Amino acid sequence: MRRKLLALAGFATGLFAGTFLYRRSSGRRRDRIDVYFADGSMVSFVDGSPEAERLLPVARRALAAARR
Amino acid sequence: MDASQALADLTEISSQIEAAVLFDEGGAVLGSTLDDAAAGEELVRSAGSLLAGTGEFRSGDAAVTQLEASTRDGSVFVVRDEGRCIVATTAPDPTVGLVFYDLKSCLRGAAEEPEKPKRRRRAAPKSEEPAE
Repeated sequence: MRRKLLALAGFATGLFAGTFLYRRSSGRRRDRIDVYFADGSMVSFVDGSPEAERLLPVARRALAAARR
Repeated sequence: MDASQALADLTEISSQIEAAVLFDEGGAVLGSTLDDAAAGEELVRSAGSLLAGTGEFRSGDAAVTQLEASTRDGSVFVVRDEGRCIVATTAPDPTVGLVFYDLKSCLRGAAEEPEKPKRRRRAAPKSEEPAE
């Protein structure tokens, strides 16, 4: 009986931790830049890449200027 | 349609767009929804930097036609078409496809020649038929 309760508690704890981690990872949006070219191709630079590190501050400046 | 009319239509159609500025390839502002001219120019400079910066990532001939920079504070959209560009800002998580569509419509509208008033042709005087 005690073993069953422990197994149930372990399962419930795992379920809770999994749900929490999933929600946290899906809830956190990553900043990114999507670029579309004339030939129909598209490339996406996510936050952390050298390209995004260079251009995301420019986008943030643009947003700040628009909301001034 | 002129630039200011195109921008007025844009902000009326799209509730997602907070600010938009139309400019040419040289960076000259053609129209803006912002009251602050300096802010509009800053937005254009940033858009130019984004276009130039992203253009460097491609070795081929294909130019950048549009881009979206998405941040937690909001998104910046830039669309380029036939020598004219538009930059717009939105709140976070916009409907990307819809915003691009509205911006392209605005660019097309701004490029259209204003309609000239049509001159009415005078009716030709009726020639009286000879009585037989």
